[in-house]
Amino acid sequence: MTVTERVELAQNAAGRMVPAMVNGKPQIPYLGVGKYQARGRKAAPPVRSSKDYPENGDKRVPDLETALRKCGLRDGMVISNHHHLRDGDRVALMALQAAAKLGVKDLTWFPSASFPSQKAAIELMQSGVIHRIEGSMNGPLGDYCTQGKMRGMGVLRSHGGRWQAIQDGEVHVDVAVIAAPTADFFGNADGSHGKSACGSLGFALADSIYADNVIVVTDNLVTFPCIPWQIQGNNVDYVVEVDSIGDPAKIVSGTTQITRSPDRLRIAELVARFLRDAGIMRNGFSFQAGAGGIALAFVDFLRRMMKEDGVKARFVRGGSTRYLVDMLQEGLTDYILDGQTFDLEAVKSIASDPRHVPTSPFTSYNYHGKGNFASMVDAVVLGATEVDVNFNGNVVTHSDGRLLHGIGGWQNCLAAGCTILAVPSFRDRIPVIVDEVTTLTGPGELIDVVVTERGIAINPARQDLLDAVKGSRLPIRPIQDIKAEVERICGGNPARPQRGDRPVAIVKWVDGTVLDTVWQVG
Amino acid sequence: MKSSTETREARSAEAGHWGKDTRSDLHVALEPRDSRGFEITLESRVAPYYGDSIVAQTKQVLESLGLKHARVAIHDEGALPFVISARIETAVKRLGLTTLRKALPEQFPLPQPSAQDRLRRSRLYLPGTEPKYFTNAGLHGPDAIILDLEDSVHPAEKDAARILVRNTLRAVDFGGCERMVRINQLPMGLEDLAEVISESPDLVLIPKTEHPQQVAEVDRMIGKLKHRHKIDRAIWLMPILESALGIENVFAIATATANVAALTIGLEDYTADLGVTKTPEGRESLYARSRVVNAAKAAGVQAIDSVFGDVGNVDGLRRWAESSRELGFEGMGCIHPSQIAVIHDAFTPSQAEFEQALKIVAAFEEAQQRGLGVVSLGSKMIDAPVVERARKLVARSRAGARATLKRPEQ
Repeated sequence: MTVTERVELAQNAAGRMVPAMVNGKPQIPYLGVGKYQARGRKAAPPVRSSKDYPENGDKRVPDLETALRKCGLRDGMVISNHHHLRDGDRVALMALQAAAKLGVKDLTWFPSASFPSQKAAIELMQSGVIHRIEGSMNGPLGDYCTQGKMRGMGVLRSHGGRWQAIQDGEVHVDVAVIAAPTADFFGNADGSHGKSACGSLGFALADSIYADNVIVVTDNLVTFPCIPWQIQGNNVDYVVEVDSIGDPAKIVSGTTQITRSPDRLRIAELVARFLRDAGIMRNGFSFQAGAGGIALAFVDFLRRMMKEDGVKARFVRGGSTRYLVDMLQEGLTDYILDGQTFDLEAVKSIASDPRHVPTSPFTSYNYHGKGNFASMVDAVVLGATEVDVNFNGNVVTHSDGRLLHGIGGWQNCLAAGCTILAVPSFRDRIPVIVDEVTTLTGPGELIDVVVTERGIAINPARQDLLDAVKGSRLPIRPIQDIKAEVERICGGNPARPQRGDRPVAIVKWVDGTVLDTVWQVG
Repeated sequence: MKSSTETREARSAEAGHWGKDTRSDLHVALEPRDSRGFEITLESRVAPYYGDSIVAQTKQVLESLGLKHARVAIHDEGALPFVISARIETAVKRLGLTTLRKALPEQFPLPQPSAQDRLRRSRLYLPGTEPKYFTNAGLHGPDAIILDLEDSVHPAEKDAARILVRNTLRAVDFGGCERMVRINQLPMGLEDLAEVISESPDLVLIPKTEHPQQVAEVDRMIGKLKHRHKIDRAIWLMPILESALGIENVFAIATATANVAALTIGLEDYTADLGVTKTPEGRESLYARSRVVNAAKAAGVQAIDSVFGDVGNVDGLRRWAESSRELGFEGMGCIHPSQIAVIHDAFTPSQAEFEQALKIVAAFEEAQQRGLGVVSLGSKMIDAPVVERARKLVARSRAGARATLKRPEQ
């Protein structure tokens, strides 16, 4: 099915119109937070036998083309990659181009995220090698999708949702191609060492367990055993050695820098003060913040406040950077539980400090598991493109509907005890607080606090938080109040750009139901 | 580019800025023609949201300035309405059309008028051609903001800065901050006044003041303009002493008119005039700073210190501000919002000082009531100057606390 056919729409529990069928598969519209009950058994790869693998453990083949041929790659299959090498990754395009050489068509490319450096995937879509991308898209790939040029519909999932989709059998991965900064010939692989070191390989873990075929690609082959291993060789079919899996300069930043913008610093400081004054910052607490400018500055402010008050965290969740590493080394936290490793200091730390622990979307985020870490975190600090007066958040599209960001762990993090969106009240001239988000990515009932440079809005559903900061000197304001002020500054309510009526992608909720639709633009 | 003072008519004009590193500004190129109305092209990231609004505002501003036919090319970088008006008006004036009309943006209600002795611990400098810093400046909680028309503005941009600052005074909410403008040296400073006084700044800084006549001239001009614009609220003056001669004349300057609220000193120019190096310790300017303090106190006005230029050096700033307060200054300038909290901290008496001063005042009042001639607190004699100092300290602490309460987000 292609998106040019007529698509039947249904209204979900959030009032959004979503396709009932996507890429030939029936969908369940979003039912509300915690309303959908998953049943059945998990998916599983076929049973394999050791007799079919070399007794000496050497699974090397000369190149990716050979590996893909041996995996039996053919038209219409699902091929997966991962973004632990971020914008520096070379393996995904290598794999897709090798598939093109084999002459296969209509693949579903299933990356954990795509990056602007992979824009050559557009040519592979035009030539028919790739039918569609199921994974986050931004930049040129995002525009290709929102302009309605992709043959299939895009499916956007959170990190936890991607694990859930694989595990539940919604997405059957035929061939997983995993970039490994270090590996042995048996397929044991590690991300913390080697010239292309990136830290955790957690995004590839689900594929290594559930895919029919698994290929490990490395530029740092070590003699068995590769210690430590994050990917187990017992799940791996073939190992391919290449000169380079990625551009180290784009895999990790040399150093991550705190923002110098006074407004963003103010937002970061207000977030830290909120956690302190609301009593969330206390001995044994936990928090998560990303690597964006505001988040980094927040960590720095919080760290100073923790020192002043003599408070220590039990664990912090990465996206890790040198700022979290400093906290670990200063004894301000016992552990870093790390999903992604952003700078050189953090990579060094995860490779050498046993208290800096790599995690996966399974332990951290998977909603169809027996619990996950995200809901155990006391506070999380996130960004957003838009947030509406009902505290619903959008991270995936610009206000004009073009794809901007992947969901990442954002949706999963909403399960935290206190979810804080730290956002400027307007960007350029565009207000961030709106009447209704363009693309619903997170339900407002899970978003507790919106911190802007003009004040802090607390979700009225969180009376406990409102009470906790009563009497503090924080600028607590109703969200409508901040919105009205910003609209006065910006010269009125912005026009709502006309959206198309053709769905080009869907946004999944953490339980696999369909939360919203991304519509064709322009 | 044409300066606004030229009257020769030009074929085209432009104003404003655009490009990769520009934010919250707009560039307009204007080419009047004899017929066929307006032809407006717009490039903007915000076009889907505010494109129609920008085009409509452009037409309205041009019409209000008397233009009916023109080709207009706009590159917008997210400029807010008061900036858009200012840039278009600047372009129109650069055409050399002799129009006295203005395109004023919607007015934000004026804050309470400022008092001569209000708290002036910190004043945040905002370059007069950088609109991106204006909108949120008040959020950082300085006691005052200064819209600067002088050193931070390129000579070719003085006309643009004047119009932008005028619109900023009119349209931007600076919260509880006192709204100051630093004009250029005379005579150019008089042109600045002619443009901005209509929007009732609370205080005007007069740079490079060397003679009391300069202050008097500014005061007269402001008086005339206030009368013309029917303004009856105070507009205070703060002369800046920036030369050896200025320092020599400081008391006469402080007493030149009753509208002087404070004196301040500009150390970059002053040390250059002396031919010495400006150091973080400031030994070279100790005499001048002390003299400013003394003259200010003698004249009954505030003494405000210079700025501390090294934004990254927080400890240096704290040391400077503390020693500045010890010398008798009541505040200083900031060139970055991160300096505000440090400065407020240094210029606000500590809790211990506050409590001691309260005790002194209480002991004195009790002694007065009981008709005692000699007052003592513990083993220490308290005489009149000690009581006077304690009263001043209590007043300043309370003013600081009130300022903080008024802006709870600080």
